[in-house]
Amino acid sequence: MMTSFLFRAMDARAGIFLALLAAVILLVPAGNLLVPEDSPFHVPTYAVALMGKYLTYALLALSVDLVWGFCGILSLGHAAFFALGGYAMGMYLMRQIGSRGVYGDPILPDFMVFLNWDALPWFWYGFDMFWFAALMVVLVPGALAFVFGWFAFRSRVTGVYLSIITQALTYALLLAFFRNDMGFGGNNGLTDFKDILGFDIQADTTRAALFAASGIALGLCYIICRAITRSKLGKVLVAVRDAESRTRFLGYRVEHYKLFVWTISAMMAGIAGALYVPQVGIINPGEFAPANSIEVVIWVAVGGRGTLVGAVLGAVLVNFAKTWFTAVLPDIWLFALGGLFVVVTLFLPKGIVGTVSQGWTALKQRKVSASAESGSGTPPTAPPQSPAAPANIAGPGKGKPLSSEPQPAE
Amino acid sequence: MARSTSQLYLDGVSVSFDGFKAINDLSLTIDPGEMRAIIGPNGAGKTTMMDIITGKTRPDTGEVFFNGVIDLTGEDEASIAELGIGRKFQKPTVFESHTVWDNLELSLKAPRGPFATLFHVITSAEKKRIEELLELIRLNEKRDELAANLSHGQKQWLEIGMLLAQDPKLLLVDEPAAGMTDAETAETAELLKEIAKDHSVVVVEHDMDFVRSLGVKVTVLHEGSVLAEGSLDHVSADERVVEVYLGR
Repeated sequence: MMTSFLFRAMDARAGIFLALLAAVILLVPAGNLLVPEDSPFHVPTYAVALMGKYLTYALLALSVDLVWGFCGILSLGHAAFFALGGYAMGMYLMRQIGSRGVYGDPILPDFMVFLNWDALPWFWYGFDMFWFAALMVVLVPGALAFVFGWFAFRSRVTGVYLSIITQALTYALLLAFFRNDMGFGGNNGLTDFKDILGFDIQADTTRAALFAASGIALGLCYIICRAITRSKLGKVLVAVRDAESRTRFLGYRVEHYKLFVWTISAMMAGIAGALYVPQVGIINPGEFAPANSIEVVIWVAVGGRGTLVGAVLGAVLVNFAKTWFTAVLPDIWLFALGGLFVVVTLFLPKGIVGTVSQGWTALKQRKVSASAESGSGTPPTAPPQSPAAPANIAGPGKGKPLSSEPQPAE
Repeated sequence: MARSTSQLYLDGVSVSFDGFKAINDLSLTIDPGEMRAIIGPNGAGKTTMMDIITGKTRPDTGEVFFNGVIDLTGEDEASIAELGIGRKFQKPTVFESHTVWDNLELSLKAPRGPFATLFHVITSAEKKRIEELLELIRLNEKRDELAANLSHGQKQWLEIGMLLAQDPKLLLVDEPAAGMTDAETAETAELLKEIAKDHSVVVVEHDMDFVRSLGVKVTVLHEGSVLAEGSLDHVSADERVVEVYLGR
């Protein structure tokens, strides 16, 4: 059962993506650790950390694409799950500092000593153990998403209204985490990390390992997303996206499907956050900012909604552009980002990957019909989408599937 | 009226929207295996009646029973569909970004939970059933076509196929012939008659020729309640019916 479930995830497109990802996971750390510094192929450590950050963003974008691209839930609050995963990891890293902090308290993190707290709050218990923190990285965002989704989907909140309350959710968490008495370091958040699993967090080898871990997490989550979207459940999700009430009249309990995919997606966002924090060295309430969540949606839209690979591509490209812009022309970055979103919406509504694969299918179709016309070759019977290939709206079929493209949430 | 032996039983059902009585003390009984045509002018409450039966709208008062014992007013859309009531909408509603095959596969009677569908592997029995349905609705050639690319009439047929795939006991069919050519309309009537051999069917239709070709008992709705019931000739002779509907 499990093997057929995972086997379904694989095809040429997934193979190419995973092979490229594997190459990146191997070559970047190798270029950093094995190639001498004066070689042109040397990858500097700052670049490893930067690209590792991109990979965690790519995972976050993947999680947004799963709910938005396939189920039509436009989440404008996914950064909340990302930040919660990040905080869980940050709490573990804080506990690892031990007595090396400024105040040298073996148990309490510096900010608690500063606030004159005399004992660790109960919710910090257990975070000195990595397995516990790792569990919380998925469970806390998952639980929040489950409870939030339970109420929202059962009450049939959809479209813009749902998007607005996801914004409210992340904004509420932003305000809460700003408060010092929440016990998460307030405004400053958690920082000054020393080591992770006993390894120095600043060391090149640790950075390379974190980079590889981010890549592997991205690959695994991609396979899971792919298996989900190509299963019958994936077809139901697309059905919900396109005609929610019709799906209900077929007997599917739409709220259960939404809740399932929403919770999985939040857990993936949590993992992304947990890998992000040790690579950037800080987590603070700024990560909950509503604008962050909106930016993630832009990455997905640029790359191509409902394509999974597109989300990854979009996240990496936009963030690369951001890094470059903020260094060269820091003032105009936000204008460029806004302009990019407008341009993509107007001229590339399917995003980069969606447009390319549509063009590819059209080209193939034209070749087949041309050879059929000239009397050679086989007639154009081979369909791009066979019944055995389960729902993947990535390959928009032949002809003009005008209304079949992913619709906005409302 | 005998509730216990009925397939579908509505008694004294009323519902109003903002003071407007869409359904007013409606009573209707469909026997098992019966095909019934429902006609009535616009705003007579035909679609609202379907909404009530399928759980989309809750009635203010009145009883709705399925199979004589199951109270439908306490169930939601998904569980009513699971009980065996299938619905075809007035405007053909198919999943446009799925292929014809996938549309049918999604509709097939099978466990509907997320975990059941996540690990679902299509069986040969299911494939065979889909093949049969494709044959029946004459979309065999179009099986790999996206539903969005079908013509209006083909979408109507696909939706009827999806309805059959659910294997319901009772089919609610809202204006199946709307927007069809005369030839398609005649074929649709034949198809419905075929279906009615082993299902209960309720057809809402405007097209009088279509209703006549079905040759079944007719219920006339007007202002949310039953105005007349009987054969088409019988109701056509009714003066009140002529006044509200036929005497255009």
